[in-house]
Amino acid sequence: MSVITLSVNGKEVAIPEGASLLEATRAAGVEIPLLCHLDGLEPVGACRLCLVEVEGSNRLMPACTTAASEGMAIHTHTHQLLDYRRMAVELFFAEGNHVCAFCVANGNCELQNVAVQVGMDHSRFPYQYPQRVVDASHPLFAIDHNRCILCTRCVRVCDEIEGAHVWDVGSRGSHCHIVAGLDQPWGEVEACTNCGKCVDVCPTGAIFHKEDTTAEKLRHSDRPALLKAARDEHVWRNQ
Amino acid sequence: MESRPPAAAAMTRTVVIDPVTRIEGHAKITLHLDAAGHLIDTRFHVVEYRGFEKFCEGRPFTEMAGITARICGICPVSHLLCAAKTGDKLLAVQIPPAADKLRRLLNLAQLTQSHALSFFHLSSPDFLLGWESDPAKRNVFGLMAADPDLARAGIRLRQFGQQILELLGGRKIHSAWAVPGGVRTPLSVEAKDWILDRLPEAKATITLALDLYKTLLDGPLRKEQRVFGDFPSLFMGLVTPDGRWEHIDGMLRFRAPDGTIVADGLSEDDYASFLGEAVEPWSYLKFPYYKPLGYPDGIYRVGPLARLNVCDSIGTPWADRELEELRDRSGRVATSSFAYHHARLVEIVACLEAIEQLVNDPECRNGRVRSRASLNRNEAVGVSEAPRGTLFHHYQVNDDGLLTRVNLIIATGQNNLAMNKTVHQIAREYIPDPVPAGTEIPEAMLNRVEAGIRCFDPCLSCSTHAAGQMPLHLQLLAADGQILAERRR
Repeated sequence: MSVITLSVNGKEVAIPEGASLLEATRAAGVEIPLLCHLDGLEPVGACRLCLVEVEGSNRLMPACTTAASEGMAIHTHTHQLLDYRRMAVELFFAEGNHVCAFCVANGNCELQNVAVQVGMDHSRFPYQYPQRVVDASHPLFAIDHNRCILCTRCVRVCDEIEGAHVWDVGSRGSHCHIVAGLDQPWGEVEACTNCGKCVDVCPTGAIFHKEDTTAEKLRHSDRPALLKAARDEHVWRNQ
Repeated sequence: MESRPPAAAAMTRTVVIDPVTRIEGHAKITLHLDAAGHLIDTRFHVVEYRGFEKFCEGRPFTEMAGITARICGICPVSHLLCAAKTGDKLLAVQIPPAADKLRRLLNLAQLTQSHALSFFHLSSPDFLLGWESDPAKRNVFGLMAADPDLARAGIRLRQFGQQILELLGGRKIHSAWAVPGGVRTPLSVEAKDWILDRLPEAKATITLALDLYKTLLDGPLRKEQRVFGDFPSLFMGLVTPDGRWEHIDGMLRFRAPDGTIVADGLSEDDYASFLGEAVEPWSYLKFPYYKPLGYPDGIYRVGPLARLNVCDSIGTPWADRELEELRDRSGRVATSSFAYHHARLVEIVACLEAIEQLVNDPECRNGRVRSRASLNRNEAVGVSEAPRGTLFHHYQVNDDGLLTRVNLIIATGQNNLAMNKTVHQIAREYIPDPVPAGTEIPEAMLNRVEAGIRCFDPCLSCSTHAAGQMPLHLQLLAADGQILAERRR
């Protein structure tokens, strides 16, 4: 495997050819906020939190979906990027109905964590208070669209790891939402295997076990990577 | 509530007390005078609105404990427990014995801290500093200056209750520790040790408070006991199957002022058959009444005094002795609303004795604290005794467990008719009759009117499911609605 070199915030790093800018930042020991990305799932660049500046380019690049190339020089924490990231997180809060106080994920929520990480103490954008619903038709799980940030982790884990492809994205613009089956109540989608992987990877309290009450949700974000390693490389965690 | 004010008649006055201070929530009181200056009506207005019953619709019932606990920062535990109990019934499970005892422990701690707050922080400045004392100092800070030892003891008694809430639920307010099916964790050894270590101090404080209060009651507060809302009404509260004091389970009992048990063994499931809710256009607080007697004759009171009036005994020795003393002073059925203060102190004794029993019960250390099930019913009613009285949660859910209807009947609401009546009686006693035109009503008189409300320790945030602290606004209104005098704090 050939290796390429590039600089991250002025620090030279060597990574395998074909790796992403996100892997380059990790090699440099630089942490950038992530919401849609999850190791083990295909990256989609949906949340825009991992945007970085690439010298010589006049646009910002999502680190998770941009391939690194030889000699690149990227910057991850410029004033402009910090401001954009905070703005993106504020927009997540403003466009949904995120009421942490009684949310199942309170205290164990990646959106909360990212808000802290980017220094968000309030939203500069007016809250939209969209009319959204809870689909609790599944016997074990429920999806609360009020808390969904459209990261599509559920879509990807169900498609790529479980192979059931229960979830997808429907409609456009501000009406865009996660749909089960052919936009059916979740409980009516026969393809669902009740595996719960969508619950494991959901970064917020949008998808949860029905018996979970306030702040009880446990996430298992590491599972896709573990399952992928087990499947592709026959490496199991307990070996 | 008294008679309606006449339609606009010239030259009448209304005194407005706005805001009502040292209570939880926002309210105002209006005193209506006729053209000759005679008091013709009084009203206790609750002027805040929140709408929990509406916006909970569509949410999973499992969230209700977490949501409704947020109604109030003083007694979130009451909603937490009532919501959890209602959730138990939707799951159709019997909770483990340990969970039952731990919930009891939580509610006892809640009653202790809330009653301590009501007595020491909110009401005792009136008794100890005087009705006529400087309003700027007639508060817990004034009490600290005048009697620092008593103030410190009172604050630490409340802390004792609050700390138990944190030891059990992980935080003092807005814990979500009680859940449908039980609770989350058992009592730890450290928590047990801390509680037992602090119990003697709590007992000493309540002994001190009771001695002090009884002395005042036999002396300077004798008149207040007589005129602060002393009127016949029914009393409602939970009792055990054998008629003893209860605060979380049991059956509902109504007792008349002559001691007669009007209704007994009532289940919360049937509350709609014996409780009605009237609405008045001038208050966001509903007016519950005992249906068989109609509105407003079905006036009844709930809360610490009602619980002590309806029960036959408390069931622990010290509390039963104190109960007998209360009954000696105020009657078998104490009808003066002022006796709520005494009842709170007696209930703290009952709580401390029960807390001691429970923390020494090995069952509270049992790890099996939660029964798990999925939805098995579409409708349930839960009940518990909040510090201010009986609390009902009524949920209807669809087959997915999403709420389609929510009804919360709050203790303070059930005392609404009685609070109006109390204000009227105090105003009649202390406001000059007639009030000469242009006369400014002394602050101390208005403070007594406010204090009538404080007897009930109302929590308007809960009762209207509303937001905010509780200042008071008092208005003196002329018959034509003109504001003649006004106090706002």
